[in-house]
Amino acid sequence: MRNKNRGKDFCMFALPGMFCFFAVVMIPFIYGVYLTLTDWNGVAKVKNFIGFKNFAGVLRDGQFWTSLGLTFKYVILVVLLVNVIAFLLAYLLTRGMKGQNFFRAGFFTPNLIGGIVLGYIWQFVFSRVFVNVGEATGWNLFGVSWLSDPTKAFLALVMVSVWQLSGYMILIYVAGFMGLSEDVMEAASIDGASGWRKMRSIVMPLMMSSVTICLFLTLSRAFMVYDVNLSLTAGAPYGTTEMAAMHVYEKAFTSRQFGLGQAEALILFLIVACISGIQVYLTKKKEVEA
Amino acid sequence: MKQTAIGGNKRKAANILATAGLIIIFLAYMFPFLMVVINSLKQKRDIIKSPFSWLYTIKGLSFDNFVKAFTQMDFMNAFKNSLIVTVSATLLVTLFAAMLAYYIVRHNNRISKITFALMVASMIIPFQAIMIPLVSIYGGTLNMLNHRITLIFMHTGFSMAMSVFMFHGFIKGSVPIALEEAAYIDGCTRGQTFFKIVFPLLKPIISTMVILNALAFWNDFLLPSLVLTDKKLLTLPLSTYSFYGTYSADYGTIMAGLLLCVIPILILYIILQKQIISGVVAGAVK
Repeated sequence: MRNKNRGKDFCMFALPGMFCFFAVVMIPFIYGVYLTLTDWNGVAKVKNFIGFKNFAGVLRDGQFWTSLGLTFKYVILVVLLVNVIAFLLAYLLTRGMKGQNFFRAGFFTPNLIGGIVLGYIWQFVFSRVFVNVGEATGWNLFGVSWLSDPTKAFLALVMVSVWQLSGYMILIYVAGFMGLSEDVMEAASIDGASGWRKMRSIVMPLMMSSVTICLFLTLSRAFMVYDVNLSLTAGAPYGTTEMAAMHVYEKAFTSRQFGLGQAEALILFLIVACISGIQVYLTKKKEVEA
Repeated sequence: MKQTAIGGNKRKAANILATAGLIIIFLAYMFPFLMVVINSLKQKRDIIKSPFSWLYTIKGLSFDNFVKAFTQMDFMNAFKNSLIVTVSATLLVTLFAAMLAYYIVRHNNRISKITFALMVASMIIPFQAIMIPLVSIYGGTLNMLNHRITLIFMHTGFSMAMSVFMFHGFIKGSVPIALEEAAYIDGCTRGQTFFKIVFPLLKPIISTMVILNALAFWNDFLLPSLVLTDKKLLTLPLSTYSFYGTYSADYGTIMAGLLLCVIPILILYIILQKQIISGVVAGAVK
């Protein structure tokens, strides 16, 4: 009976979802690999096959490597800061103090709002509010807008990203802390473990599965940062805060070098995939079960 | 006995210190939002003079900024567009992903296995690695850009892999096959079994996926910016972007506009806070 209905079942249940997935993800992905071998400019009817010239072009595109280097710096700072801050705050938020649910919900708020709006809010804070503080107090730190100085604009971008992402990671670490078994903690106390010792030998190993998730999420999000980059600095001053994802966008849609842009996008994808893969492998190895 | 008392005092002191620290950090986190709220009611001159308080304003406080932002952003239209796109894409992806996942779990054939493996693998592909060919296929060859339905279709496709993965795990773990067999014996067709028996059982995972997908669709900027350029079709993040481009020096109006974008989500968050938080955690941990 089931065999007779096989085709009908497939069409009814599997086909709609598969169609959407293949048409939007798989086919463009494969077509994208082909695009890297052409010199298409986005408008022309003809695409000339030019072999691996685009990849040679990527090697020569100095700006791509600058933005990639900047992205690496950004990712390292963001991943470290987000996870340290979120871990500590989550620890504080699971000690049973009053109103901890309110705090958790509050810290998460930035994640409900799109990166574009967040970037604009912070642009106002950096360019008006902080400058105003500088004028009132005479602090040089806030004398001129952070966004007009390359180093400080970069730090501003890091700050906003940390602010946004840490609220999300707090929730995951909180879930991890809540999952720690009371028995194990009690046993450690009875055995005479001090607070620090407990943290290092009991809490940390048991929290490794949360750490794996949080590192993975922050890594992949930080590498692909675009919205906040666009609305906070838009690459300014003079393209010094242009991250890799934004560079790819500019290459394809502003300079109209689709093949080159796609080659850079694929290289970026491979880098992210490798780094995330290594990270998950390394942290998974450290996971233990209570 | 004595030792616990000392420990208790120490602990109390540490707790007070931790709470105080936490409140300070929390206020620092909320500071940008506070600035937006305060300055949305003020005029430009007062904002430049002092962005910090409602006191000492020359022109006073008013809702003028909101009126201006509301009309200039064409807020109702953008809101409507965002709502249509988010609701339809969320419904479609929930339905299609649940059905596809159900098919994959119950039919252990080659198509299921390959599709599922491809989907799991595709989850690491970032959107930026697909956007260029996506635009060249749908913009060039098919000429389908600038339609709401195209955006809805693309949102559906992009969130399919993750959604199928989540539904797959849930169906495999907690939908007993015996229930379906009983339904067949009672004369249900495949479709009836799915919609009357299986789908209702998926409620917990459906609410998780609806929250995750709807939030992502509502806030997405990059994909809609590639698909939609017609002013009438812009979603909220897109119209915020173009609005900011035009009025970036008019601080009061900008702040009011940004606040208008945030308010609908905040209201929803206040109502559904528990579900949203547990949905986000469940989505990440799996």
